[in-house]
Amino acid sequence: MAIDGRRPTLLPWFIAPAALVAMLLVASLAMLFQYSFRAHLPGTLDVGGFTLDNFQDLGKWLYLRVFIDSLVISAWTAGLSLLLGYPLALALVRCRSPWLKAAILIAVIIPMFTGDIVRTYSWLIVLGTRGFINGSLLGLGVIDAPIPLLFTTTAVVVALVQYSLPVIVVILSAAISHIDSDYEKAAASLGAGPLSVLWNVTLPLSMPGILSGTVTIFAWTMSAFATPQLVGGGKVNMVSNMVYHLGFASFNFPFAAVLSMVSLLLIMMVLALLGLWLRRLERRGFAG
Amino acid sequence: MRLADRLARPVFVAIVALVLAFVTLPSLVVVVVAFGDKSIMMFPPDAWSLRWFERALTYPDFRKGMVNGLYISAWASLLAVAVGTMGAYAIDRFRFRGSALLESLLLSPLVIPHFTLGVGLLILASGLGLSRGYAVVVLCHLILVVPFVMRSVYVSLKNIDPMLERAAASLGARPLTVFLRIHLPLLAPGLAGGWLFAFILSFNEFTATLFVTNNTTQTLPVAMYNYVREYADPTMAALSALLIGITALFLVVANRFLGLDRILSIGSHR
Repeated sequence: MAIDGRRPTLLPWFIAPAALVAMLLVASLAMLFQYSFRAHLPGTLDVGGFTLDNFQDLGKWLYLRVFIDSLVISAWTAGLSLLLGYPLALALVRCRSPWLKAAILIAVIIPMFTGDIVRTYSWLIVLGTRGFINGSLLGLGVIDAPIPLLFTTTAVVVALVQYSLPVIVVILSAAISHIDSDYEKAAASLGAGPLSVLWNVTLPLSMPGILSGTVTIFAWTMSAFATPQLVGGGKVNMVSNMVYHLGFASFNFPFAAVLSMVSLLLIMMVLALLGLWLRRLERRGFAG
Repeated sequence: MRLADRLARPVFVAIVALVLAFVTLPSLVVVVVAFGDKSIMMFPPDAWSLRWFERALTYPDFRKGMVNGLYISAWASLLAVAVGTMGAYAIDRFRFRGSALLESLLLSPLVIPHFTLGVGLLILASGLGLSRGYAVVVLCHLILVVPFVMRSVYVSLKNIDPMLERAAASLGARPLTVFLRIHLPLLAPGLAGGWLFAFILSFNEFTATLFVTNNTTQTLPVAMYNYVREYADPTMAALSALLIGITALFLVVANRFLGLDRILSIGSHR
C-alpha cells in the first residue's frame, strides 16, 4: 500500500512495460479469435472472408474424438499422478533426515528442469523396441520378441504421469506441510493407528491440496504437446498435436485457431470449477 | 496394534521407493544408453564408447540451437525481470485503475496452453507482416516467463518489513527513492532467483517455441526434437545425459546454498 496514498509521478513508467506485454498477449489471443471465423483457402497461408464453417467441422467425429481422447488421457494422468504423488509428498514432508529429504526432492524435481524433450526422449528409450523394458525382458528370457509398447495410449499416460509428478508432489507437499501435526498427534494419543490417522486426519486435511493438485495436472495435461507427439507417434493424438498438424501440414490455421480456442476455453472452465470448489471447501473450514 | 498398522510403515517405504524408481528410471536409462557404441540405440549397450558425446557437442544444429537458446533466453529473462519487477511492484504497492485486470493478464500464461499462445503469436506476427525472427521468439518467451518473475517479487515483497518503507517515507523519501534505496536492494536475492528460474524455463521451452521459430532461429529443444525425428542413434541420449547431469549438479548446489524446500515452501510445519 502506498504511504498516505501518495501516487508517485513515475508510476506510469512502471506500469507501461507490463501493460505492453499484456497487450501483446491479448493481441495474439484476439488474432486467434479472429482467425477462427475466417475461411481456409487450401494451399495458401492467406485466409478468406468471415465464415462460421470452421465451427461446424468441430462436430466431426475425427475432431470430437481428439477432444475425448485428450480428456480421457488427462483424467487418467491426473488420477494416477495423485495416487503416486501423495505417498511421495508425505514422505518428503515427514522425512526427518535432511540428507534423505534433499535427495528425494532433487530426484523428483530433476525432470521439471530438464525440459519436455529430454523427458520425453527418455521414455522413447525406456519403451522402444530395443529399449530398457524390451531389452531387459528379452535378456531375462521372459519374451522371445520385443512387444510394441510405444505409440499407445498407455505409454503416453505413463510418460505424462512421470512428467506431472514433480508438480503434483510440490503442490501436495505444500498442503501437507501446512497441516498442524498436533491434530495427528492428538488422534494417535487417543488410540488411532497410523492408517487410521492417515485416513481420518491427514487425508481429509490435505483435501484442498489434493483438489488443486489433481485439477492443475488435469488442465496441464490438456495442453501437453511433446509427450503425445513423440511417445504417441501420430497414433495417439491430443488437441495440441492436431493443432500442430493442421497448422504445419495442412496450413489450415483458421481451424487450428478454433481448436486452440476451444481447448483454452475447456481449461478455463475446469480451473473456474476448481476455484468454486476450493471456495466451498474453505467455507467449510479448510484452510487453503 | 493391528497387523495392518504394523505393516503400514514398511509398505509405505516400499511404495515410496517404487515411485522414486519410476520417476528416476528414464533419466538413468538415458545415461546408460548414452555410453553405448552401436549407432542404433539399444539397452543394454553391448559395447561402450564416448563418441556420441563428441557428436552431441559438435553437431552443427545443436551448437546453433545452443547459441540461439542462450541469446533468446538471456534477452527474454532479463526483459522479464525488468518488466515483471516494475509491474508486480506497481500492482502490489499502488492502487490504480485496471491493476487487477493487468495482473490476471500477466499471470494468465500459467494456464494458457503453450500451443495456443504459439499459434496466436504466429498468426499475429504474420498479420503484422513480421518475419519469424528472433524478436518474435524473445517476445513469446517474455510472455511465458513474466509470471514466474512476478511471483518471486510478490514473495520477496511479503517478507519486507513495511516499517522500513514508512520510516523512509516519514523522513521525506519519495516513492522512487523508497523503491531504489529500500525495496530494490532487499528484493535483489529474490530477483536473482526469479531471473534464474525464468532463464531455465525459457531455455527449455519447447511447445510454443516450435510454433514461432524457423530453421534459423530454432532453439536447442527444437533442434533436439528435429533430431529425434530424423535419427535413431544415441547422440540425443548423450546430449540428454549432459543436460540431466548439469541440471542435477545445479539443483544440488541450489539446495546447498538456498534450500530447495524453502524455495518451494514445503518445509514441515513447526
